[in-house]
Amino acid sequence: MSHPLHRYLRSEVLPTPFCPGCGNGLVAGAFLRAVAKAGHADLRNFAFVSGIGCASWIPSPCFRGDTLHVAHGRALPTALGIKLYRPDLQVVVIGGDGDIAGIGGNHLLHAARRNADLLVIMVNNLVYAMTGGQVGPTTPAGLPTTTTPYGNPERPMDTAAVVAAAGANYVARWSVAHLRELERSLAKGLSKRGFRFIEVLSQCPARVGGKLKMEPARFLRWWKEQGTTSAPTTPDQFFLGELADRDEPGFVEALRARKVSA
Amino acid sequence: MTARELWAGNIAIAEGALAAGVDFYAGYPITPSSEIMEHLARALPKRGGVFFQAEDEIAAIFSLIGASWAGARAMTATSGPGFSLMQEGLGIAIMTETPLVVVDVMRLGPGTGQASRAGQGDLMQARWGRHGDQHLVVLAPATAQDCFDLTVLAVNTAEKLRVPVVILSDELIAHTWEPVKLKEQEERWERPRPRSQEPPFGADHPARIPPMPPLGKGFDVSVTGSTHDAWGVRATSDPKIHRQLVERLGQKILAHRVEFTVYEAHGVEEAEVGIVAFGSAARSALAAQHLLAQQGIRAGVVVLKTLWPLPEEPMEELARRVQALLVPELNLGQLRLDVERLAAGRCPVIGLSKVGGGLPIYPSEIAAKVQEVVR
Repeated sequence: MSHPLHRYLRSEVLPTPFCPGCGNGLVAGAFLRAVAKAGHADLRNFAFVSGIGCASWIPSPCFRGDTLHVAHGRALPTALGIKLYRPDLQVVVIGGDGDIAGIGGNHLLHAARRNADLLVIMVNNLVYAMTGGQVGPTTPAGLPTTTTPYGNPERPMDTAAVVAAAGANYVARWSVAHLRELERSLAKGLSKRGFRFIEVLSQCPARVGGKLKMEPARFLRWWKEQGTTSAPTTPDQFFLGELADRDEPGFVEALRARKVSA
Repeated sequence: MTARELWAGNIAIAEGALAAGVDFYAGYPITPSSEIMEHLARALPKRGGVFFQAEDEIAAIFSLIGASWAGARAMTATSGPGFSLMQEGLGIAIMTETPLVVVDVMRLGPGTGQASRAGQGDLMQARWGRHGDQHLVVLAPATAQDCFDLTVLAVNTAEKLRVPVVILSDELIAHTWEPVKLKEQEERWERPRPRSQEPPFGADHPARIPPMPPLGKGFDVSVTGSTHDAWGVRATSDPKIHRQLVERLGQKILAHRVEFTVYEAHGVEEAEVGIVAFGSAARSALAAQHLLAQQGIRAGVVVLKTLWPLPEEPMEELARRVQALLVPELNLGQLRLDVERLAAGRCPVIGLSKVGGGLPIYPSEIAAKVQEVVR
């Protein structure tokens, strides 16, 4: 008997290109379980868009559906172009922190401000992993990387908080050690209108694990121990849970609501 | 029955887009192109089309790529600095064979240059602005009528060949009001559609354009800006697949070039001296031809309206007949390089460059230069 999620995957491209211990498979599994629970027999009503980075390879080429794999940082405007022309499609962006919060940061801010009707899953592995583990906008201060050999002098961005402040309808953050909670948030994200943003903390055993001498399992414990669903009390803790849950009209509805005079 | 309208070049481009069935426009305001955007902001929603002002030109062109795959006939307009930002998206559109049209209403650069002043300095950028080996189609209007007609041709060519098409206008054409004749109905070329599961990125013959499956219809299409096989599956190290792909992307354009090649040849048969020009400089070249005729000098003028791939025959023909070729242009000599290549030593090629302040090349300046050469 085949795996219940195989119907959503292009079996001819498997196995995935991900490193052993990578969290991308866990994110893909949580998303596809949410899709299955929402009653989709296939991915025909979806369009998946991704940019460049390890997480961009979750939908392209692994998902058996329409997938667009475009330039670094440009998944969001590409996805918005699809959504504005085909509002009936559920348009989903999956990408990494460098792609979505770094080079694509301006697009992210404005997509949230517009409440663009997109579901965005940002897999945050704390670095630019595909290119070798360079520092990124989400790298914790002090962390040594290949381009910060003496430690990261910059402060990381709390991307989920920024997106919530910019006006997104739904914002949540979990980790790959919180799969049930993540799946529930993904299901909620699929059911809501407007801009929906879900950040998933995920380990990169190849590029971060080596620097920190941390096995994948140690990362999972780190997410469990330092993640808190109440207000963080120490600088090492980070908030997990929902940062915004609104139900305001999305961009598609706002465009339709205008009176167009002759 | 034909109608006549009085339009500036920018309005003629916007109306040409509507006549060609453009139903998705995204852009970012920039002088001297903004009238195109403002005209379509009003017109498109009334027709059920989508108008979207993006956060920057990068977002604008990538939203076109998404909309085009969703089924739209998509267009944007910009000027130099915005055109520079759009090069990234143009490269992805070439590689993913995505139909779209980019209008560049040229101003003076480099940098932010002189924002509201005419120039023709983006010719080489339009052709080669992206990294990597690639081809697209470049058209250049010289009149408001051209602005309308070439926009229709640009949209049709983009759709039929699955390639981005650039329209190079300039500030002088954009803001010159002229009568434009309209046909009752414009011809409409459609993108090829798959009948069943056919490879969307492969063809057995260079002239065949692979069918473009629309999103959301169960084709499970894989689109990628990386090197890919006929089914869109990434092949990022296979030497044969990469070579076949980039060669086919160029060959498909060349195989269909006759369908989008537009130029005018005036008085070439009896010419003793030749002038080659495009855009606003071509208007002055035609006026100079009359001035020279009054002085008994027979000048032949070739007005190029397709700038890439370049129509080579009319310039080779002219070079065979004349004592010298003059290339007036609002840049420091970009088209001249092509004319020199095509003249291949048959006659001297002389440039007449003018940049700064948006001043046109005056017909008297062209005539004076020709007189200098002929004597």
